[in-house]
Amino acid sequence: MTTKLFGAPVQRREDPRLVTGGGRYLDDLGHTAYEAAFVRSPHAHARITDIDVRDALDTPGLIGIWTHEDLEGQVGECLPLLIPHPALTAPRTGYALAKDTVNHVGEAIVLVVAEDRYAAEDAVARIRVDYDFLPAVVGLETARAATDLVHVDAPGNVSAHMVQEVGDVDAAMGGAPRRLKLDLSIERSACTPMEGKGVYAVWDSDAERLTIWSSTQTSTGVRAAVAARLGLPLAKVDCIAPDVGGGFGVKIMHPWPEEVLIPWAARLLGHPVKWTEDRREHFISSAHERGQLQEVEVGFDDEGRILALDVKFWHDNGAYTPYGIIVPIITSTQLLGPYKPGTYRVEFWSLYTNTVLVTPYRGAGRPQGCFAMERTMDAIADELGLDRAEVRSRNFILPEEMPYDHGLMFQDGRPLKYDSGDFPASLAKLKALVGWDDFADYRARAEAEGRTVGLGIGCYVEGTGVGPYEGAHIVIETSGRVNVATGLTTQGQGHQTAFAQIVADELGVPLESVYVTTGDTRRMPYAVGTFASRAAVMSGNAIALAARAVRAKAIKIAAEALEAAEEDLEIVDGIISVKGMPDARMPIGTTAVLSNPLRYAFDEAAKAATQFAGTFDPDKPPVADDEEPGLEGKDFYSPTQATFANGMHAAIVETDPVTAEIRILRYCVIHDCGTMVNPMIVEGQVHGGVAQGVGGALYERMVYDESGQLLNASFMDFLIPYATEVPHVEADHLETPSPLNPLGIKGAGEAGCIPVTAVIASAIEDAEGFPITAMPISPVELWELRQRHERGELPSLRRRATAG
Amino acid sequence: MTETTYGADVLIPVQVTVNGVGCSASVPARRLLSDFLRHDLRLTGTHVGCEHGVCGACTVLLDGRPVRSCLMFAVQAIGRDLTTVEGCGTIDAMGPVQQAFTECHGLQCGFCTPGFITTITAYLAENPTPSEEEAREAVSGNLCRCTGYQNIVTSVLRAAEIMNRRAEEQR
Repeated sequence: MTTKLFGAPVQRREDPRLVTGGGRYLDDLGHTAYEAAFVRSPHAHARITDIDVRDALDTPGLIGIWTHEDLEGQVGECLPLLIPHPALTAPRTGYALAKDTVNHVGEAIVLVVAEDRYAAEDAVARIRVDYDFLPAVVGLETARAATDLVHVDAPGNVSAHMVQEVGDVDAAMGGAPRRLKLDLSIERSACTPMEGKGVYAVWDSDAERLTIWSSTQTSTGVRAAVAARLGLPLAKVDCIAPDVGGGFGVKIMHPWPEEVLIPWAARLLGHPVKWTEDRREHFISSAHERGQLQEVEVGFDDEGRILALDVKFWHDNGAYTPYGIIVPIITSTQLLGPYKPGTYRVEFWSLYTNTVLVTPYRGAGRPQGCFAMERTMDAIADELGLDRAEVRSRNFILPEEMPYDHGLMFQDGRPLKYDSGDFPASLAKLKALVGWDDFADYRARAEAEGRTVGLGIGCYVEGTGVGPYEGAHIVIETSGRVNVATGLTTQGQGHQTAFAQIVADELGVPLESVYVTTGDTRRMPYAVGTFASRAAVMSGNAIALAARAVRAKAIKIAAEALEAAEEDLEIVDGIISVKGMPDARMPIGTTAVLSNPLRYAFDEAAKAATQFAGTFDPDKPPVADDEEPGLEGKDFYSPTQATFANGMHAAIVETDPVTAEIRILRYCVIHDCGTMVNPMIVEGQVHGGVAQGVGGALYERMVYDESGQLLNASFMDFLIPYATEVPHVEADHLETPSPLNPLGIKGAGEAGCIPVTAVIASAIEDAEGFPITAMPISPVELWELRQRHERGELPSLRRRATAG
Repeated sequence: MTETTYGADVLIPVQVTVNGVGCSASVPARRLLSDFLRHDLRLTGTHVGCEHGVCGACTVLLDGRPVRSCLMFAVQAIGRDLTTVEGCGTIDAMGPVQQAFTECHGLQCGFCTPGFITTITAYLAENPTPSEEEAREAVSGNLCRCTGYQNIVTSVLRAAEIMNRRAEEQR
């Protein structure tokens, strides 16, 4: 019997290529293409009064310059609103090139194409744009005050207002023995993948055919959007995601202006054109996330059980809303985590500001929701003098209550209904891992050494694997090579390995014979994309279903050829044989030969399928009515709802009594993503998520000045953690399989980063003895909080005040 | 003698040794070494992540020492010896650092990886038996957004083992 690969820490098949310089990322393609650069707005809010390109016209190497008025047809129209929602009452999207006004620094105004990027940037530098300045709306408070408007026809700067309520919150709050209010805030951050965006387009004027390569998380989405904009039949457009150097959400947004303009220019010029985003462009003209102000009111009983939870928050959506209000919807629903408040009301306002637009970044609104919920849990525990883990456990949804319907609508328009999870078991594992019950002793010893330490905790639930669907196509060649195609894309998740593991097990073939292609519309034109921790859930299950179909066909053909019953056959290591009769066998590749009746033999193996070989029933057609030639299978997986992964993190931090530096001494993770295809890859996802979470908690923020200039738009000033800033991550897993899909998988991609801000805030608060309500936090900010605390402007935690 | 030009730029012949092979191309004085390697020599293993010397993805070895190829002009490398990730091994004969990264899941998207591999290769040549803390310090000038560095640090230690074992076997 072949060793089961599903669940094994198989080494990645993509790695030998990637570690030897064989990766092919966007800018590694198209060495002879023309290259594009953009004049981008240096102002956050302004009316364009004049664009003067005359000085640029004699730039050596220049090919062309285009402004909005040069754009034809749909290319010049507003970019699409990807995800409309009834609550999104004032949606606004930008243009591929700004028309009349600019609404954030970095908005593209002029497209320049030249023989190379150097020449294109020469020309950009020679183009002069005149502006009439408009007041810039920067920051949530300014947007909320609405003294000035980003879009004159979006009153109050409100793009969307949404309320969801379960139960009678006012009555429950009124009747609650205890109440607390929290004012919380969380700042902007961004995905910042190591490779920025990029587009390369080739127009074949003979075939009238467009091929686009984009560093995207959705090649099918880009293909459809570009075809529509350029007025091309879908059949004449292909989009391929080559190797992609990280995404983390920003590359699910589409079509970016460049994804429309580069193919358009390539067709116009009849010459390949490429644009590779530079780092500053990525900071000022891609997307950010996270920025929210939150007000929480909670009513609870003396045991710490939540009777009423009333949350209001204001979400900074930047200048435009092309991705709709997915992020605040996720915050508003996933805020609940593993808990079941007696009643719940959440109301949010999504607000325009003159800053870079906001689209999902790993976690996609969940880190903010988790922050609100977990800060609330800590506050309840402190108010009652109870253990923080105990208060959490008293509010847990219990395993026997699954499936648990919160009565809310989730981001996919379907009920927020948890399918699985064992939260008490996760908490028990976490407490054991971090040494929760021994922490008082640990702290006492540290304090005796003059050190300040704190313990923090955070729990989350993540809806993963949202629909609508993904598909898979599998074809086995006569050589036994298994080609697998799924349409969603890969940005480092190891799909070529994990998906091959699934296929190898389902088919009974060696891993080495399986070749996986993702994100290529030529191979699988029906797909949605890689986001919401959905690849393993969606494509993983689609691939399993397709493999089962192929296996059934191979078995049927072999049963006929071997004159055996189908149920007596097995496939091991790519050989189909009759169980217990090792001589009655054929390689799976031979069934591929037999599946395709031939007139012409192209090699030795193919002779077996030609018309004069073997015997056949002259009354039957070579291909039966209900059959197709070829050993192929295709299937789709489309779930009724998301599957809910969960996890709990704890950290021990040390704060320097003088400098207020914050050091994470230990970081512990319990993670439940159902069954794991490849635990090594899952753990890698957790590691990376935690590191991004640490960045978001302690280092990364977008520093805008009041005029809307992003002051830290470089890696020198936007502080991504280096190896020296990321703690050792201690991870343990709990596997409660999802009952919703054939493989029992729940998503794993985003999980690591979701609770980190909440956990670090909890730990710092525990160390310092006063509330932490705003994140991220720098040593300077912590030092200032200490000063305020000393001046009596910031209350002590009760547990500290009573301890003396 | 007439000067070769490209646009407004005078082209300067650049001769360098890359991965043990002599290479030459005529490029403008402002051509970055990273662009020269990637687009003139088509050695695209060297990646550009920030173009301001912070991320380290473009790290190559100049006479054996790690440099940021986005902060150098190609003309500054004339007559020098360069090693890129392509020179650290091949799929069929991986270098110790490359092999360690594949064994330890030291990469995810792989974009930053070439810079780590060149950096670590140079580091281990100087310090073949690092402690875990030294290994962490050795990679602390390179950014990775995917792995949280956990398995990269492990890869450094594993690479040292592989390197030392191979050296033993050759004795």
